Amino acid sequence: MTRAGPNDHLGVLLSTYATSVILAATEGHEGEGGFHTPSISDFFPSAILFEGTIFQIDRLWIIRIIATLVLLSVFVIAARRAKVVPGRFQAGIEFLLSFVRVQIGEEIMGKERSRRFVPMLTTIFLSILAFNLTGVIPGLNLAGTSRIGLPLVLALWVFVTYWAVGIRKHGLGGYLKSNLFPPGVPWPIYAILTPIELLQLLIIRPGSLMVRLVANMIAGHIILVLCFAATQFFVVDSAGTGLMVFGALTLPAGIFMTLFEVLVAFLQAYIFALLAAAYINMSLEEEH
Amino acid sequence: MPAHSRAVVVAAQTDEPQGIELFLPAGYDLFWSSVVIVIIAAVFYKMILPRMNAVLDERASLIEGGIAKAEAAQKQADEALAQQQELLAEARSDAAKVREEARAEGTAIIKELKVKASEEAERISETAHRQIEAERQAAAVSLRTEVGALATDLASKIVGESLEDSARQSRVVDRFLDELEASQTVASTKEA
Repeated sequence: MTRAGPNDHLGVLLSTYATSVILAATEGHEGEGGFHTPSISDFFPSAILFEGTIFQIDRLWIIRIIATLVLLSVFVIAARRAKVVPGRFQAGIEFLLSFVRVQIGEEIMGKERSRRFVPMLTTIFLSILAFNLTGVIPGLNLAGTSRIGLPLVLALWVFVTYWAVGIRKHGLGGYLKSNLFPPGVPWPIYAILTPIELLQLLIIRPGSLMVRLVANMIAGHIILVLCFAATQFFVVDSAGTGLMVFGALTLPAGIFMTLFEVLVAFLQAYIFALLAAAYINMSLEEEH
Repeated sequence: MPAHSRAVVVAAQTDEPQGIELFLPAGYDLFWSSVVIVIIAAVFYKMILPRMNAVLDERASLIEGGIAKAEAAQKQADEALAQQQELLAEARSDAAKVREEARAEGTAIIKELKVKASEEAERISETAHRQIEAERQAAAVSLRTEVGALATDLASKIVGESLEDSARQSRVVDRFLDELEASQTVASTKEA
């Protein structure tokens, strides 16, 4: 799985894990008969309505709408019914909200500074979590974040926010100066450092946020499809042949990977929100 | 068919994005993603988080209020207890004082009464003495006259008319009385 084919056009931005899986997927497999090869086309299902316009509706659109409705219903109901003495449901919802507020906001930015950004971090964390989890929900089976649009919008929001708060606090000049010319560095080093820092501010930070998320979701989906398609092939299509034995391997692997994807869904939402908080916090740091 | 060429064929067939295109969103993807995120953000910003925060604040203030109330009640109770103890101590000292006063007063009254009683007794006994003395003198005076007359009567009865001479009579009576008196004095000294 780790050999680099001529197809490794995905660039160095991907983690080796995601890269190798995607490469394996695009290269296809030697499966014959009913074996469904997971591929990138899974993430671009054919349009249902308005094909070719920006209003194009497809399966992923439906998945995102369902995830949005479920997320909002759960939280709106919780907020409507919120009482001073919480029940179990409210306690669970409050746990999620306080996790974002305390573990992400206050941990990274401190209590005072984080207050302004808690709604943003909460929206980011919970929507990514909801869209990630659709990847393991039977019937949906595709993460809402596995196509670049959603991660990109969120990364753009973070990008605009950290530029805006940085400029508002230090002025454009002050913000650029403190970020591009960090003090305590001998001046010739700036020749190398400044372009790197500029690249960080403009591309690498938002780019890594969205690519990390989308690549993880793509990879997770491909592995799950691989496990379950292989199980289908070995157990059903090859029924009666010796190949059925391999089903005993691929089915538990599929179950394990499903659970692993749940963990990844939480982890990626956490990492995205955590880094968003960290980037915003960097813009707010006092000048050194 | 080598894997690589097969992948190319698959890609060509399905018209799927390749390479960097995977990270360049199609217009519809970007549009709908923005719509979804804006809706989610709006609901969280405008409704869910303010409502939840209001509940959290209410809970916090309720807890703080409860703690403050408990503290106030505790303070009040402490004050009441202190006051009570103070009153108790005061009452105790008052009682002791009253008892002390009563005892002193009682002693004084007893002493006074004793003095009064002894005075009264003295007065009574003195009066009695005086009365007795007066009666004794009166008795002595009446005795003297009566006994003189009686004795004279008796003597004249005994000696007849011989004692009619007044000079003699008087001498005899006086002598008799002196003797009587002398015998009386002897008798009284003997008695004493």
